[in-house]
Amino acid sequence: MKVLVPVKRVVDYNVKVRVKADETDVDLANVKMSMNPFDEIAVEEAVRLKEKGIVSEVVAVSCGPAACQDTLRSAMAMGADRGILVESDGELQPLAVAKLLKAVCEKEGPSLLICGKQAIDDDSNQTGQMLAALMDWPQATFASKVELAADKVTVTREIDGGLETLAMALPAVVTTDLRLNEPRYATLPNIMKAKKKPLDTIAADTLGVDIAPRLKTIKVSEPPKRAGGVKVADVADLLNKLRNEAKVI
Amino acid sequence: MAVLVLAEHDNKSLKAATLNTIAAAIKLSGDVDVLVAGEGCAEVAARVAALQGVKRVLVVDNAAYGDQAAEPLAKLVVSLAANYSHLLGPSSSYGKNTMPRVAALLDVAQISDIVGVVSEDTFVRPIYAGNALATVVSSDAKKVITVRSTAFDPVADGASAAVENAAAADAAKKSDLVGRELTKSERPELGAAKVVVSGGRGLGSGESFKSIMEPLADKLGAAIGASRAAVDAGFVSNDCQVGQTGKIVAPQLYIAVGMSGAIQHLAGMKDSKVIVAINKDPDAPIFQVADYGLVADLFEAVPQLTASL
Ligand SMILES: Cc1cc2nc3c(=O)[nH]c(=O)nc-3n(C[C@H](O)[C@H](O)[C@H](O)COP(=O)(O)OP(=O)(O)OC[C@H]3O[C@@H](n4cnc5c(N)ncnc54)[C@H](O)[C@@H]3O)c2cc1C
Ligand SMILES: Cc1cc2nc3c(=O)[nH]c(=O)nc-3n(C[C@H](O)[C@H](O)[C@H](O)COP(=O)(O)OP(=O)(O)OC[C@H]3O[C@@H](n4cnc5c(N)ncnc54)[C@H](O)[C@@H]3O)c2cc1C
Repeated sequence: MKVLVPVKRVVDYNVKVRVKADETDVDLANVKMSMNPFDEIAVEEAVRLKEKGIVSEVVAVSCGPAACQDTLRSAMAMGADRGILVESDGELQPLAVAKLLKAVCEKEGPSLLICGKQAIDDDSNQTGQMLAALMDWPQATFASKVELAADKVTVTREIDGGLETLAMALPAVVTTDLRLNEPRYATLPNIMKAKKKPLDTIAADTLGVDIAPRLKTIKVSEPPKRAGGVKVADVADLLNKLRNEAKVI
Repeated sequence: MAVLVLAEHDNKSLKAATLNTIAAAIKLSGDVDVLVAGEGCAEVAARVAALQGVKRVLVVDNAAYGDQAAEPLAKLVVSLAANYSHLLGPSSSYGKNTMPRVAALLDVAQISDIVGVVSEDTFVRPIYAGNALATVVSSDAKKVITVRSTAFDPVADGASAAVENAAAADAAKKSDLVGRELTKSERPELGAAKVVVSGGRGLGSGESFKSIMEPLADKLGAAIGASRAAVDAGFVSNDCQVGQTGKIVAPQLYIAVGMSGAIQHLAGMKDSKVIVAINKDPDAPIFQVADYGLVADLFEAVPQLTASL
């Protein structure tokens, strides 16, 4: 059984991004880029399914500029068997990524696609659901547990009120939440091995899908800053301030 | 130009985020319909009909929508879309699960988690864990939008809209609901509570989370929140996580206990009106956003606070 894992190259989660002075975008010059943390969880889950013998091949896919090869190599160092770069230098919005992934799914015929629930840069939380809709496949978003059998997958989802478990026929889309697993660190030998694994590049414009952006960003601004507060001396002082100054209790 | 809002409910009660979503819809149009799709959901429809700003309530009462699965629900919304310029849902786990499917089937972008309406086609949304606000213009004929509830004041009661039945669409199920483990709680909904008391890794264990945080929440009539570290460690259930990748809250009062204030956590609570932090480390970043900071051992300070309320 083949599993496809889309991986996105994003600003590392430790970086505090700053808005450019001209308010056109955030400043991404020279910031550290990494694999989206939710996608690391997705790769980990796919690799574990392979280690259990249920999955035979794990294919990582990234859509974006040539630099996404690094992200694919990271996925392969974690255990993905090969990588596909759908290369495009323009801005790719979730609908476009979903369409590109659809074209890849049609070619590769995976039984399962595991992707992150959200990318930590744009926080859109859309791509997996959009792909599932375009393929007319079932979906289980925000997964905290995945049990895969030959013809179905049972997924526990983190929802607002608690947990929900769904059973779906394959092929299906699963999106990962934080508590699905703890991704491994790639070891040096595996990083070396990953350099030799196959990585195919497909030019996005050869896939015949409309990837033009539908949303135009006209301004990126700094959110209002909170004025720094005060330190209170003790619990009595805190209570006094909450009652008489802030008047919230 | 009419707007359709997808109501979130559990067939019995309406979820609070729907009221904020309707409030965002009213900023777009005076012509707001609300879709209540479920099974045995008449009570919910009646509740929606009483909300100000709602013109019509469309009810689709059908077993296919009973468990709120995204696949049939998305097709239902698409079947109604011809009459609307904007389709809105709350940016909750329910809305996030369903609305992107709607957008993809309509071949339009989704505008996620909006915090502001500039005009019919221009919206403001946070990116990079709320460290930046992007103003985006949509060129699509129809706009599919999820709404961050904390950014819009809920609509009030006091109206009576028409309630009409609408037809089910292709209702083929794509998944089977095996079961749900919902947290039962008498406390207010985290996303809509006036007061939130929230605990972090500093609490050390599930037992102390319970014995320290619950009495405080009881006294204040508060909802309970937590950092990711506290949830990962199993102190509390997943639905308590506040942050970039958990729930977004903006109560009148947020009390952060034993948490450092990581940017991913701040993203979920920094729009609270008043923030209190209790942490033994005077340099913890949480103090940079707290209106009132108390440098103290939480195991002494919190019980003392609870006792004096
Ligand atoms: C060259 C370039 C320029 C850009 N310029 C802008 C800009 O000016 N303004 C702006 O707002 N955004 C810009 N973007 C970002 C782009 O809009 C986002 O990639 C898009 O919005 C996707 O949103 P998301 O990742 O938050 O989706 P989500 O739906 O949150 O992503 C969920 C999951 O989908 C998968 N996924 C998403 N994207 C990819 C991908 N590319 N490859 C493989 N898997 C993927 C991952 O598994 C991910 O975890 C740019 C991107 C590129 C590459
Ligand atoms: C992709 C991604 C998504 C994430 N999403 C979220 C999210 O949505 N929400 C979220 O919260 N986090 C999120 N995180 C995690 C975040 O980065 C932090 O790791 C987490 O918030 C830390 O939790 P904490 O403050 O409880 O723990 P810590 O950072 O360990 O802080 C514990 C604090 O408790 C204090 N303390 C300890 N003992 C006492 C005592 N006796 N009395 C008083 N104070 C005490 C310490 O001084 C310390 O400041 C995410 C991370 C990633 C990578």
